[in-house]
Amino acid sequence: MTALLEIRDLVVAFDAFHAVDGLDLTLQEQEVRFVIGPNGAGKTTLIDSITNLVRPTSGSIMFAGEELVGCKEHAIVRTGIGRTFQKPSVFDELTVLENVDIAASFRLPFRSLLRRRRGMSAEVAEALEQVHLTAQAGDAAGSLSHGQKQWLEVAMVLVQKPRLLLLDEPVAGMTQKERLHTGELITQIAQEGTTVLVVEHDMDFVRRFAHKVTVMHEGKILTEGTVAEVQRNETVREVYLGRPRDARGAAEVLA
Amino acid sequence: MSTLARFLPAGGPKPSAFAVRFALVAAALLLLAPAVLSDFRLSLLAKFLCFAIVALGIGLAWGQGGMLVLGQGLFFGLGGYCMGMHMKIVDAGPGNLPDILTYSGKYETLPSLWKPFTSAWFAVPMAILLPMAIAALLGAAVFRQRIRGAYFAILSQALAGAFVIVIVGNLSLTGGTNGLTNFQTFFGLNLSDPGDDRILYFVVAVVLLLAFVATRALVLGRYGRVLIAVRDDEDRVRFLGYDPTRIKLVAYVLAAGLAGLAGALFVPVVGIISPALLGIVPSIEMVIWVALGGRTALAWAAAGAVMVNWAKTSISEQFPSGWLYLQGLLFVVVILFLPKGIGGAVSDLRRVAARLPLLRGPRIAAAQVAAAAPKKVKEIA
Repeated sequence: MTALLEIRDLVVAFDAFHAVDGLDLTLQEQEVRFVIGPNGAGKTTLIDSITNLVRPTSGSIMFAGEELVGCKEHAIVRTGIGRTFQKPSVFDELTVLENVDIAASFRLPFRSLLRRRRGMSAEVAEALEQVHLTAQAGDAAGSLSHGQKQWLEVAMVLVQKPRLLLLDEPVAGMTQKERLHTGELITQIAQEGTTVLVVEHDMDFVRRFAHKVTVMHEGKILTEGTVAEVQRNETVREVYLGRPRDARGAAEVLA
Repeated sequence: MSTLARFLPAGGPKPSAFAVRFALVAAALLLLAPAVLSDFRLSLLAKFLCFAIVALGIGLAWGQGGMLVLGQGLFFGLGGYCMGMHMKIVDAGPGNLPDILTYSGKYETLPSLWKPFTSAWFAVPMAILLPMAIAALLGAAVFRQRIRGAYFAILSQALAGAFVIVIVGNLSLTGGTNGLTNFQTFFGLNLSDPGDDRILYFVVAVVLLLAFVATRALVLGRYGRVLIAVRDDEDRVRFLGYDPTRIKLVAYVLAAGLAGLAGALFVPVVGIISPALLGIVPSIEMVIWVALGGRTALAWAAAGAVMVNWAKTSISEQFPSGWLYLQGLLFVVVILFLPKGIGGAVSDLRRVAARLPLLRGPRIAAAQVAAAAPKKVKEIA
């Protein structure tokens, strides 16, 4: 296995506040990595800086041998990185099918973009099938439920066949059944060869589907390991227990 | 498979329904209007159809792409002056100076700015390409810097204002505030002959219909979907791997080209191009046509230009100073009560009507009969 993503000395500063503060992280090819940590640990900022939604202050992000820091957002996506957002963001005025279709067409030459879509391509049909939205294909995306919108977003990123998939709290606001399905989907995507980085709050979900977990705290990596290792780690206990507002989270982590 | 088949027709109305509607409008423009309208009214309609071409572009850039183009007068004017200069040169005849250039006494021969416009092969493409080139330069600079919304609107408007200042300031070269006027001929057509004016009307109508079909095809294509996505959430589109700068640029440049084309046709139809037609106020009026007609549908945007200008002419004929107040009132009413314009209100009404049981009656009855039929068979059995 070779390293697909190598982050070195990453710092993201908002004035005096360092959301990410000297972070090192390596992801191997075909790995599924869960990132957990208390609120404000810098988990989402990590994903945002990989995709240049926020600009890193310093440090290096190498993806498949290419430096991402300083690249434009769409160029980063074109190197093979897909992401979802915490707040599902789909195009409400377009249909479910059209949402997935424009995501699938991002590598088409401009001249082919001018043409009309004829029916549904096999990849689009498969992506819709994977997230159980085939029946809603003709509906406006704005009419979907919160959980369905999240799935639509997953379908939009799946259809682009990224090498690295960044999921920001993919199961937030989903029902138990939907969570289970999402977990299975992540496992399946990884088996098909995609590297996945999941930022997640839901510890039940993490325990169920994570193998390797990275714990972030105050913009740094606290520890890495299997779920069991992380749960035994003393510093992890302190980090969660030291903050009363995270007591519930601590109870979940340590349970 | 049957569920898949349901989605096979791409978005929008079915092609056949569109074809019927398009044929009706084309027949009205090409057969009905020339048959029932006087020469004077038909020539007015030709002018409005020129405006409708501008409105098509605004519908594309603003309605579909979310770019509030408040300075289309600039591109309309560029197209108009390109054509106007060529027509003045042709009218003057070979070797003679156009009258407009003789007034200052500064020129013995054609100034270098005018010279290339002697050739129609230069002037006509330039009327479209020059606005597109300027829009491309402006758009590339502005969209890359992620300048949008009100800032973009003000910037585009300032350019229209600046253009007027340049034209007025170079009186001896451009005719100043008087503009270019007194045209005699247009590619062999005698502009004072009513029959030739009718031919000109057909040219404008056909150009509008073709421009509409082309713009509509663009909007219904994948590009059109991406353009709507950029309009609604430009930043999200970046994370799908598209560069919004490029997507927006295409729509903006095409809108400028349409405005230039409209300006070039306007000159022979109306017989004048002057700064008063393309400054800040006329540019805002162009956006008002589209807002009133309905910016989200190209056909309604174009119809808005015709409706507003038709109303403007008929009302100004009755109450010479009444139109300005009415236009203001109309704009307020539309913004407050019909934010999607007349077109949006019509499609809302249609949706409501579709839900009314009275209108849906026959279909429901048929469905109930169909559903009840097997039961009845059972009962009888």
